[in-house]
Formats: sequence, C-alpha cells, structure tokens
Amino acid sequence: MSALFPFHGGLKTVRHKSESNRRPILAGPLPHQLTVPLRQHIGATAKPLVQVGDRVLKGQMIGQADGYISAAVHAPTSGVVTAVESRPVPHPSGLPDLCVAIETDGEERWIERQAVDYRRLHASEVRAVLRNAGVVGLGGAGFPSAVKLNPGGHDGPLDTLILNGAECEPWITCDDRLMRERAAGIVAGLHVMVHLLEPREVLIGIEDDKPEAVAAMVAACAGTGYQVRVAPTRYPSGSVKQLIQLLTGKETPVDGLPVDVGVQCFNVATAYTVHRAIDFGEPVLSRIVTVTGQVAQPGNVEVLLGTPFSALIELCGGYREGVERLIMGGPMMGFALHGDDVPVTKATNCILAAGAGELTPEQPAMPCIRCGACVEVCPAKLLPQQLYWHAHAKEFDKAQDYHLFSCIECGCCSAVCPSHIPLVHFYRYAKNEIWAQEKEKQKAELARQRHQARLERLEREQKEREAKLRQKTPPRPAPAVDAGQLPIETAVARAKPGRVAVSMDEPQPSVAVKADGPERGG
Amino acid sequence: MRFKTATSPHILRETGVGQVMRRVLYAMAPGVAALAWFFGWGVLVNLAIATGVALAAETSMLAARGKPLAVHLGDFSAVVTAWLLAVALPSLAPWWLTVLGVSFAIVVAKHLYGGLGYNPFNPAMIGYVVLLISFPREMSAWPIPHGVGQAHALGLPETLEIVFGGAGRLVPDGLTGATPLDVLRTQLGLGLTVTEIRNSPVFGIVSGSGWEWAALGFLAGGLWLVQTRAADWRIPAGMLGGLATIATVFHLIDPQRYAPPWFHLWSGAAIFGAFFIATDPVTASTTPRGRLIYGAGIGVLVYVIRAFGGYPDGVAFAVLLMNIAAPTIDLYTQPRVFGARRG
Ligand code: SF4
Ligand code: SF4
Repeated sequence: MSALFPFHGGLKTVRHKSESNRRPILAGPLPHQLTVPLRQHIGATAKPLVQVGDRVLKGQMIGQADGYISAAVHAPTSGVVTAVESRPVPHPSGLPDLCVAIETDGEERWIERQAVDYRRLHASEVRAVLRNAGVVGLGGAGFPSAVKLNPGGHDGPLDTLILNGAECEPWITCDDRLMRERAAGIVAGLHVMVHLLEPREVLIGIEDDKPEAVAAMVAACAGTGYQVRVAPTRYPSGSVKQLIQLLTGKETPVDGLPVDVGVQCFNVATAYTVHRAIDFGEPVLSRIVTVTGQVAQPGNVEVLLGTPFSALIELCGGYREGVERLIMGGPMMGFALHGDDVPVTKATNCILAAGAGELTPEQPAMPCIRCGACVEVCPAKLLPQQLYWHAHAKEFDKAQDYHLFSCIECGCCSAVCPSHIPLVHFYRYAKNEIWAQEKEKQKAELARQRHQARLERLEREQKEREAKLRQKTPPRPAPAVDAGQLPIETAVARAKPGRVAVSMDEPQPSVAVKADGPERGG
Repeated sequence: MRFKTATSPHILRETGVGQVMRRVLYAMAPGVAALAWFFGWGVLVNLAIATGVALAAETSMLAARGKPLAVHLGDFSAVVTAWLLAVALPSLAPWWLTVLGVSFAIVVAKHLYGGLGYNPFNPAMIGYVVLLISFPREMSAWPIPHGVGQAHALGLPETLEIVFGGAGRLVPDGLTGATPLDVLRTQLGLGLTVTEIRNSPVFGIVSGSGWEWAALGFLAGGLWLVQTRAADWRIPAGMLGGLATIATVFHLIDPQRYAPPWFHLWSGAAIFGAFFIATDPVTASTTPRGRLIYGAGIGVLVYVIRAFGGYPDGVAFAVLLMNIAAPTIDLYTQPRVFGARRG
C-alpha cells in the first residue's frame, strides 16, 4: 500500500453503515407516476422536448442540455407525459422546479439502444454520447461529466485520475454496494474515462470500513494498472479536495480546480453510468439510493429517477416509530425535507429517516466561546469561529477576508461546536448574501456603464454638431436657412446637456445632426 | 408525511458548553484539595461563598438582560469564574472580599461587556486585580501552610469566625505570613542571594512548602483538561515555555539574583494560571499559532512582573495584558488556508 497524505482536521463520526449495507441492491418500484425534474445537475435547466400528451419511450430524451454546463434528462420508463410544470423537488432551497410528469404504462418499452466502441470514436464523439446520456457526477454534486472528461480545457497531461469510492458520510452505503456487486462495470466505465483523459496513474480511493468493496475493486482492477488505495475512515475523506490531498499529497488551489494540479476525480457510481451509456447505450435513468435510518428494512435500492421518496420508504417497510427528520444525503451535508412527496434525482444518494436518538435536541445556540474546537477539525484550515463572528454580524467583506469561499460546508465545525451554533447555516447564508450583492452590483455597474456611454455619446454628438456648425458658418454671409436645415439656435438648444433626458437605453450609433435630433423623449 | 426541517449537520452532538465548564471544575479538584490540606477550611469556605455569589449575580444579570435562565445557568461558566477567583484569594479572606470580587467579575467584567463569549477580559482576573489594587493588605494575608512553623490547623468553626468576623475580626498572631514569592522578593530587595533565601522554612522541595503540592494537583488536573481537549495544550505549553525560557536566561546571567526556572514554574499561580486561567478561551487568542504566542507572552510577562515589577506574582496582570493583545495576535496568526499559496 502506498503512502497516504492525511488532510488536516476532519472527524471520526458515527458510522451506521451496517444498517443498510448487508442486503444486496434491491430493484426499485415502478410507480404510476414519475416526476422527473429537468434540472438534476449543476448548470442550466434542461430544455423540455416533450409536451403534455406525448408518448415517451424508456430512455427517450425529454430534456435537452441547455448550453455547455447542463445535462440531458430522459424518460425513466415508457408512458405518457401528463404535465410539464413546476413541482416540489428535493433541493436545499425548498423551491419547486420545472418537472416532466410521466404516467407510466408498465411496459418498459425502450428506445433503440446502441453500444458504441469508444476506442474507434473521436474523443469529442465519446463525450457527446455521454452528454446525450445525461451523465453527471453521482456523488451528489451533479456536475456534467463530459465537461470534466475534456482534457482540452487545460494544458499539460493529466497526472492522476481518481475514482472516489470513499463514501465517508455516515449511513450511506450505495457506493459500497455498487462496488461490491458491480465492480466490473465500474472498471469498464473507468476504461472509458482513462481513454479520454490519458492519465499517468489511476487511483481508486476507498475507506477502510468497506473491506468487501475493496476486495471486489482490487479483483476487478487486476491487470489494469489501476491502484486501489485504502484510506482510514475519517470524514470528509470523500470530499474531492481532501481525497486528492489524501491520495496524492496535492493541494487544490483555493480558487482552482483539481485539473490545476493535474488531477481529475469522479465518483464510482458515475463511472458505472459511463459504462452503461457507452457499452449498452443506456442513458442515466436510475441510480442506487440508500434508504436507511428509522425505516423497517433499510437497504439500497436501484430506483428510477422521478420515483417519489414515499414509494421508496414503502418498499423498505415504511417508517419506524419516532422519525424526527427526513434527510436527503448524509447527516453531515444532507438537507432536511419537509415531506416525502419529492422525486429521486441524480443527486439523491441517500434518504435518511433520522430518529430523535440520532439528533441533537433542539435548543437555542449559546454564544461562541472561542474554544477553537472548530479550528481543529476544519479540513479547509479556516477559522470557523471568525467566519461565524463576521457572518453573524453581516460583515460579509470581513468574512471573505477569512476565506469564506474556501469553506466546503462539510459541517465538521458545527458537529464539534460545544455552543451548538449552526455554523454552516451562517456560512451558506453569508455566501448567498454575497452572491446576491454581487448580482446587484453587476446590475448597477451595467446601468452605470450605459448611463456613462449615453452621456459620452451626447457630448460627442454635440461636439460634432458644433464642429459642423463652425465649418458651415464662416463662409456663409447671411444666416440663410436651407429648407432641410434647422435654425442654428434650435440645434444648439437641442444639444444643450441640460435638456437631455437621461435614460438607460443602449448607446446609439453616433449620427450627424438630424432634423429630429438625437434626444428621443427629450 | 410532513417533517420539521433543520440545518445540517444532522447528528447528535456530544459536547456542550456546560460539559466543558464542568470539566474545568473537576480538573480543579486535586489542586483545591491540596490547597485545603495546607491552608485549611478557608479554601473551601471561599469556594462556597464565591459559588453562591456567582450564581446569584449571574441569575440577576441574566434576568435583567432578558436571557433564558435555565440554558445559561446550565453552562456553568459563572461557577468557573467564581472558582478561579476563589482559589486565588487568601484562604482566610474576609467574606466581603470574596463577595466583592466575584460580583465585580460577573456583573461588570462579564455581563456589562456582553456576557459569555463577548467579554474581552478574563472576568476572574478582573475581579482579582480590582481586589488586589483596592485591598492590598487583605489580599496578601495568606495563612502559613500546614506543617510550616508552629501554626496549628484551624477548625471549621474557627475559620468561619475569622471569615465572617467583621471589621474587628481576629486573625490569631503568627497565623498568616508572607508567601514564598513575597519572601523572595523582599529578601532579594534586602540584598540576600537566592541560595540564602531558599533556606527559609517557607520553601519546600522545589518552591514554597505546601504551595508546591497544590501546583502538583493543578498540574494533574490541567493535564487531564488538555487530554480531554477542554483546554488547548498550546496555551499552557506556551506560557510555561515562555516563563521557563526567560527565567533560564536570567538565571544563567546571575544565579544569585534570579531564581532558577523550576522555582518560577512551580511557584505562585504559574501552573494554575497556565492550565486554568490563561486557557479561558473567550479571552485568549483563538488561532492555533496565536495561542502559543499568547501563552508565551503571558509567561514572559509573569516573569517580568515577578522579577522587576511591583507585585510578587504577575499572572493576573499578565493575563489581562495579553487579553488586550489577543485580537491583534489573532489577526496576524491566521492559518494558511487549504490550497492557499505557501509563504
Ligand atoms: S467550536 Fe463553536 S464555540 Fe468553539 S470556537 Fe468554534 S464556533 Fe466558537
Ligand atoms: S463547514 Fe466550512 S468552516 Fe466548517 S469545518 Fe467544514 S470547511 Fe471548515
């Protein structure tokens, strides 16, 4: 085993893996209704391609990637589109989003699927296949994978391709089960990634609490040169920058991306969907979701996207007594939902029904006592207490001085804070406020620029007119006025800045003095 | 089903402010026991008075500021302040001295500055310094430790009589005497050498008789605090390191005028201060490197005050001075953020 490069901070959290990782992956239900959000990824919402009443086939594209940073969305099964409208989706904002509702017909009629030989295709064609298959990062972030699989965007060869199987969040075991059961598929997908990126080495990072997954991956990698690296369980080893540090010793720059240090990182589940897309022609229609916590039979389910959470809970035997909170994602970074009527998306790695025993009883936060416990655990090496101090006081510029935007929102600081301050909440709030302010500023700046441009234009036009007048005046013996010419006084008066009404319209192309003058609405 | 939401992380937190503060109290137990053994019931009487006054003052201030009582009384921070101050008071101090000091600490130094988490100065040390400046005579009347000279141990009734004795209270002759640091200071002033002074019966194996055992008790408790992470090791390490370094330098320059480093480390409030007073997180520096510097600053200042200043011990003043410096230290000792350029 090669050396690891431990990252700063982090936590030994509770594990709770054995609740859900003992059963094989279950097949999900086929609900009557699927509600497929058109944005299940980072980037622009996919453009809907279907209308109410359309029949769709399984795998048919129903939403088209809108721009480079976007991803396609497909019908998870065959049926009829019953609505294209805003519906509740599992998102931290709690806001509804555009969805395609499909009444399923139970026939599972597929589109025509075609495997491709990626070795024969041009890299850009392979990426196009993945784009059209809606392949995005399945670790939770949902970044369009084709973008990251394009080595053209940066210079220099890639040193390391990392496959992330760390799964450091407590409770979640979907990647664990996937690696145990479908290691060959993951490695097949990895081959495609390697083909596109040509990295010098390929590392697969897995935490040491998943010995079966490690064994399966090691076996599947035999003869490939891909190396499985087993890391001690320490949250958040599965966070991209931390995993890169752990496996390669490289620090991703504050304002940079992993490629800046010659590394690219994908989740194991993403590699698996790459395999399905390339070798079977299947777009991303389902994903594996851990359903755990206070449900009767916790486990992992391969679920069609758009399946309501409630159907999954039902499949896993329903809630047990005393469920206090329903969480999408893990307990450290996941977010609490108001209800289970939201659909599974590509970002849904876990549904956790947390009971009272797993949660801190609600009580008012105490003041920060500056104990520094948060500093010890912060993997970004920040001073969370100072960030909090300034975020709390709405001193956002100071919060930025303390590197607010380096915070990865891992929650370690909140977890150890003896004052039980919801620190991460304040950081998110501060970030949102800053973004909002930036937007306002940009708007104001744009308005200011337009205003400036207009004033300049008016001034320039006036000068031009004056110049023209000066040219014309001397040779003229008498102020005789041509038919098409306005009296000089009128022209001058019109050009006076005082008469100019300032509006925000686009700068006009400069024009010579015309009879109707430049000042519309003057 | 509908659920209530809350922000992440969604976990059971195991530590609370109250727990951290209670740990500080437990950790003081061995040192307090040693003090009580050598200096009598008065130590415990002081603690009892201080605790009562602190809780009363805290309750009324919380009520006045409209804060929920249960939550904030449960944080035990007022009791910690009370104990820190009470331990620093002479064991036969008149009751009003304790009442005055603790009230000032809680009402003025803590709550008028915004309460827990907002006070820039260590409340217990503010209380201590106010008393030291206003009542220097009462503040220096430490009893002679048990086992030194012919002092007999006072029973609880006698102790209570002295503590609550009022203006004409009777402190039996020969019961109080100068503390080891006092002796060192005055006799150095008289031109004696360190070796000559060390022969005085107030000195024990390393430092003051009796005192050195209390220091041992506080060291044990302090190490436990550090081990349980209720206190950051950097502060005591910095403070004791700073004190030892400067004491060594001067001792090497002139061993007969400057006491050896181990004497300084083991005397007065050095150990107690390093683990219990300087580690008050609210008023200390909060960055990792800053805490080393903050501690070292206190250590150096303690030495400077002891050796060249107007008081035999200087922990309280040193801590308060470094409290002032803490925000500045924090500003210049921010850790290098992950992924930021080195250097
Ligand atoms: S852990 Fe909480 S109380 Fe301690 S310094 Fe950090 S924010 Fe303050
Ligand atoms: S949430 Fe942000 S500040 Fe808190 S520990 Fe994680 S990275 Fe550090």
